[in-house]
Amino acid sequence: MLAKIRESEALWLFRRSPAAMLAALIAVVIITAAVLAPWIAPTNPYDLSSFSLIDGLLPPVWQDGGDPRFLLGTDDQGRDMLSSILYGARLSLAIAGMAMAVALVLGVGLGLAAGYFGGRFDAIVMRIADIQLALPAILTALLIDGISRGILPRELHDDLRLGVITLAIALSLWVNFARTARASVFVERSKDYVQAAIMMGQHPLRIMLRHILPNILGPLLVIATVDLASAILLEATLSFLGVGLPADSPSLGTLIRIGMQYLLSGEWWILWIPTIFLVVLVVSINLLGDFLRDLFNPGLR
Amino acid sequence: MLTVEDLTVRFHHRSGAATAVEGVSLTVGQGEIHGLVGESGAGKSTIGASIMGLLPAAGEIASGRLMLGETDLRALTASEAHQIRGKRISMIFQDPQTSLNPLMTIGDQLIETIQAHEEISTDAARARAIALLEEIGITDATRRIRAYPHQFSGGMRQRVVIALALCTNPELIVADEPTTALDVSVQAQVLKLLRSLARDRGVGFILITHDIGVIAQVADRVTVLRGGRIVEQGETRQVLTAPEAPYTQALMAAVPPLDHRLDRFHLPVVVGEETETAGAEAAREAEDWLREGIGSAAGPELELSGITVRFHGERQGFFGARESFTALDDVSLTVRPGTVMGLVGESGSGKSTLAKVVAALVQPSSGEMRLGGAQLPFMRTRHRHHPSRRLLQMVFQDPFSSLNARHRIATILGEPLWLYGLETDRTRRDRLVRSMLALVGLPPEAADRYPHQFSGGQRQRIAVARALLSRPGLLICDEPTSALDVSIQAQILNLLKDMQSRFGLTTLFISHDLAVVRQMSDDIAVLQGGKLVETGPSEPFFTRPAAGYSQDLLANTPRVRFDRSVA
Repeated sequence: MLAKIRESEALWLFRRSPAAMLAALIAVVIITAAVLAPWIAPTNPYDLSSFSLIDGLLPPVWQDGGDPRFLLGTDDQGRDMLSSILYGARLSLAIAGMAMAVALVLGVGLGLAAGYFGGRFDAIVMRIADIQLALPAILTALLIDGISRGILPRELHDDLRLGVITLAIALSLWVNFARTARASVFVERSKDYVQAAIMMGQHPLRIMLRHILPNILGPLLVIATVDLASAILLEATLSFLGVGLPADSPSLGTLIRIGMQYLLSGEWWILWIPTIFLVVLVVSINLLGDFLRDLFNPGLR
Repeated sequence: MLTVEDLTVRFHHRSGAATAVEGVSLTVGQGEIHGLVGESGAGKSTIGASIMGLLPAAGEIASGRLMLGETDLRALTASEAHQIRGKRISMIFQDPQTSLNPLMTIGDQLIETIQAHEEISTDAARARAIALLEEIGITDATRRIRAYPHQFSGGMRQRVVIALALCTNPELIVADEPTTALDVSVQAQVLKLLRSLARDRGVGFILITHDIGVIAQVADRVTVLRGGRIVEQGETRQVLTAPEAPYTQALMAAVPPLDHRLDRFHLPVVVGEETETAGAEAAREAEDWLREGIGSAAGPELELSGITVRFHGERQGFFGARESFTALDDVSLTVRPGTVMGLVGESGSGKSTLAKVVAALVQPSSGEMRLGGAQLPFMRTRHRHHPSRRLLQMVFQDPFSSLNARHRIATILGEPLWLYGLETDRTRRDRLVRSMLALVGLPPEAADRYPHQFSGGQRQRIAVARALLSRPGLLICDEPTSALDVSIQAQILNLLKDMQSRFGLTTLFISHDLAVVRQMSDDIAVLQGGKLVETGPSEPFFTRPAAGYSQDLLANTPRVRFDRSVA
């Protein structure tokens, strides 16, 4: 009964919060559009034969000189901005999502074990986490990029760029998951249902995964949402700085970096449209995260 | 002095309004202690909050009159009500831990309260505060007034809370479960204090409690509530000795008596919860299965010798030594096969620690344990597959945290069956689980639901079923009923007695409540500050306790039998 009430309460609170509803709507639309980019985008920006220099630097349709073929205008190469953004968002979300998943598994796994076993293992994991927190994410990313550049042959490194940037983002995000999981495990561990399982002689792995994990998912879900937004931003930052993805497979960050050249030259859309798109995406995901946090923590309501 | 007439309180929820209190009338005279007693959901705290004007936002007084002397409490503006609160009515809360500000000295809190209601100099307020603390029995008040709340014990803190309630000379004090968080000896002192304040100062009290023993000890008049309505009202002696309403009679029958042992509680159906027993037939399978596994012999003997537990405190600074705390000091006792050993003690006496040592949840620093003659290893050395893991089961105090909220009952109960390899066949396992639910008095369909869909008593039945499903020989019950209402407690005690005698389980039964322990145990052991004070057969203990501490403990436990020891 109580679960039903809570479920319906979630729905009820959701319906009463216009910000959460709007944010969810926008996030869902953007994410769907990004995932479906190859099918819904007007052109394929990776396909060199699909665009031509003749169409270069056309403004969006609503401005004088706009072309109805290019809703949001084109860049200097004549690529359709809308298609570039959809493909870019697809890449950004894929990297952020993968990085988040890696961070989640790594962080929750380490946090669970640290909280459950405590002692020396806990101390070691948490000190590593402290060190990780002291390193700026960009530094971590540059470090990983540099190391992989040093030890891997050039072609291999270029192929692995996606993996490198994912790993760099994951490494700077896992600490949050680990700390939250560890703190929640401390609370759950002293509860009688865990004590009962320990007493019965159940396997520690089973106690952690079957008993404790389902009970601490709430706060982790909140962090996952908020961190998804951070991951998107981080990827954009890295790409903007040129550490991330190369210009031939542009993510949102790469698009913004390219657009920077046109900041003062009149072709505003090349910079501003991807930027606004990124901001809207991140803000809506953050709003959703806030809503979830309030839901799981009634004390803040 | 206080007149409540036909009070009705509603709570507004999304799903509509719920009536929490309906048509309640009562009066409290000067110097009178009026008890409000009832089980959870009876509306007793809501009545207290209505009088204080402290109903939560969703609550609303739908009708009725609340008069304090000539003042109509319902007609007050917010600021007038604020003035009356504290000045003419004050309140004592259940938990002295949270009702005092931990960052202010006792003196500052008292002085602040006095000055909030009166134009008076700080020195005069301090003098009044010191006088007040001395009046309520805090010695050396001049010095202790500079102490912080954490420097006082629980009982002393509750005295400070009472002083805080008294410092504006109120006419009426609403005390909401003022002794529930306290040990019996401290409870007796606090109740004595309330009694003398009513007599000497003429303060009227509304005493809200679930404990009929407390009512019997101090209340002049009592109102018995159920589901927001008055069941019975009258003089305490009258209501408790010759209750008229069937509900009150049933409630009295559910209170464990301290002065004799009942074989079973005879509960009329008016109280407690419907057990909707599926009948003996449904339970037959589980019962046969248990008999087949446990056999007819009594459970194993549990022998503890010289058990000592030390907890290491926080390190004092990086290089400092750790302070250690001895929770159990050289405790030796034997639970005879197939009997119940009652383990009694106040909070901090180490009784739960002892249970955890046996259950391998706490590591003792020295001593030895034997179960059924074989050595029983301590926590660190007891392997996951050690046979005692199955033989030894536990029923925990808090039925709300002892079952994993994310698992269905069928999953929770099926766990011991597959874990110990008792039943490998899935469908047979499921049938057994359902039959076991019938055995503990729940419908077999309960298996498909989640823990939160059950009440506290029902969950405790599930916890008992889980323990039984491992075919145990030794059952540890750590305060199994202290979180439950008295009528539910009686039902669970009946269930435990049934199961214990039917399957000959050796049982370690832990409780702070001597009356409950008397109903359950064959032998008894008394712990104080980690030391064993007395142990021996139960019945002689209750008639002639040997140790001085045991005598105090017995004397302080409230009895419902009518002798006003505190007057």
